[in-house]
Amino acid sequence: MTDLTRLTIAEARTKLRAKEFTSAELTDAYLDAIDAANGELNAYVKVTPDKAREMARASDAKLASGNGGDLEGIPLGIKDLFGTEGVHTQAASHILDGFEPRYESTVTANLWADGAVMLGKLNMDEFAMGSSNETSHYGPVKNPWRAEGSNLDLVPGGSSGGSASAVSAWLCAGATATDTGGSIRQPAAFTGTVGIKPTYGRCSRWGVVAFASSLDQAGPITRDVRDAAIMLKSMASVDEKDTTSVNIPVPDYEAAIGQSVRGMRIGIPKEYRVDGMPNEIETLWQKGIAWLKDAGAEIVDISLPHTKYALPAYYIVAPAEASSNLARYDGVRYGLRVPGKDIADMYEQTRAAGFGREVKRRIMIGTYVLSAGYYDAYYLQAQKVRTLIKKDFEDVFAAGIDTILTPATPSAAFGIADQDMAADPVKMYLNDIFTVTVNMAGLPGIAVPAGLDSKGLPLGLQLIGRPFEEETLFRTAHVIEQAAGRFEPAKWW
Amino acid sequence: MSVDLATVRRVAHLARIAVTDQEAERMTGELNAILGFVEQLGEVDVSGVEPMTSVTPMEMKKRADVVTDGGKAADIVANAPASDENFFLVPKVIE
Repeated sequence: MTDLTRLTIAEARTKLRAKEFTSAELTDAYLDAIDAANGELNAYVKVTPDKAREMARASDAKLASGNGGDLEGIPLGIKDLFGTEGVHTQAASHILDGFEPRYESTVTANLWADGAVMLGKLNMDEFAMGSSNETSHYGPVKNPWRAEGSNLDLVPGGSSGGSASAVSAWLCAGATATDTGGSIRQPAAFTGTVGIKPTYGRCSRWGVVAFASSLDQAGPITRDVRDAAIMLKSMASVDEKDTTSVNIPVPDYEAAIGQSVRGMRIGIPKEYRVDGMPNEIETLWQKGIAWLKDAGAEIVDISLPHTKYALPAYYIVAPAEASSNLARYDGVRYGLRVPGKDIADMYEQTRAAGFGREVKRRIMIGTYVLSAGYYDAYYLQAQKVRTLIKKDFEDVFAAGIDTILTPATPSAAFGIADQDMAADPVKMYLNDIFTVTVNMAGLPGIAVPAGLDSKGLPLGLQLIGRPFEEETLFRTAHVIEQAAGRFEPAKWW
Repeated sequence: MSVDLATVRRVAHLARIAVTDQEAERMTGELNAILGFVEQLGEVDVSGVEPMTSVTPMEMKKRADVVTDGGKAADIVANAPASDENFFLVPKVIE
């Protein structure tokens, strides 16, 4: 029955309703696949087989009586950043050792209310800080993709590396993820999967471990565009418990799939043609342009002049917010405690032992840029630049652009323990050069697989939309998907 | 701007992270690389630009000032490394 894991969410949904198989069978197929693969891929940090089987049984009862929800009986993986009641929730950090919340995040509660089944918690970069899933306390995740004729292990991207790897390797039907600077879209591009970061305020942040609160958004990683639409409809909601949750009803995103893009105006920003970008990325971008033109869209050259400042501004704003959010990990209320000679020493020893190198680095940067005498030069300047970045987008949308097409990443997946990246943190940060502008402006962005490079590794394109116009992204991404086809790794694990 | 070893030690203390001499040395280099990268923001003309305070135009949500949650002290201390009768236990602060 292992072929059940190859079905998309939409296909499994139809077959479950037609009673071709049960959710218990589908769930067991995934649990078997995880058992066989996780030792190699390390995508899950915690598998919850008992809970999964119990949820599947409940779903089967509902399906039998014909009142299943939109995701009834569909087995999902959950990023370790989402609070799940009574279940391992550690943001892949040592400092949250043993933490099992007494509450459920709004996003996961929405999924369970619609009938989804939880398979377990997925690996990630510690506190979502990273672009390779190598900063996890639980060790790196492997990308199910390898270059043709190579045995070299590649990163799945990050921070949602476990989510992307698990979806790509058929270890869950779909996964939750989060995106602060590109953490959904970059791993999706690296693994040939689809990932959407919705508009800021679309998914509730309640119960999700905070990294940078003005940038964090949850979204799904799935095997195709339709599945992303199905999952986002369930994850998104209007939530009184999150003051930044926006009071706009959640549309039926799936209805946008298959709609024409004829007459749509697609912007191509010249600033996304960066120095040192491989020719293959440019070629892929041109292919995307041609596909959309063929489908009847109008291609318009545009300018987003402050693009190059988005990443440096992000590396002030995000660490500043992180240094404040992560102040709560003090060895008193939850997780790890390392004894010290007094209370201040206990805090310092606990945080020294509990946080990894990248997290410490960002807390230090954040603390520095917020400290007396530097606030105006760094933080205030970055927030002003952020206003200008957002205005760039507002200007092109006001001029009639419906969506913007860009590459998703400046390269394909790179090797685990890449020496250049390890030696220079800024090099790693450059992975997010095309995605981070979207978080800075609070806009929705989707990464969709568009082709393979000369080594046979997946590459993705990104579409950026107006606030709360995720439907336009699904519609346009589906056109690209139809033209490009779908991409699956050759199984070696 | 760049940081020296003494600044790194001061910032580490502000952030309540104990650092060894070796770590402080390494962090000085890393932090300076990042600060060097963000330095380019200084080129941007921001005269008359308001700093962003909210990425989407929204009014702060308000609700009636009534109790909507509570009575779950045991849940709140459930994950604490040390607690006693629903209090968090910490090392002695006052002699």
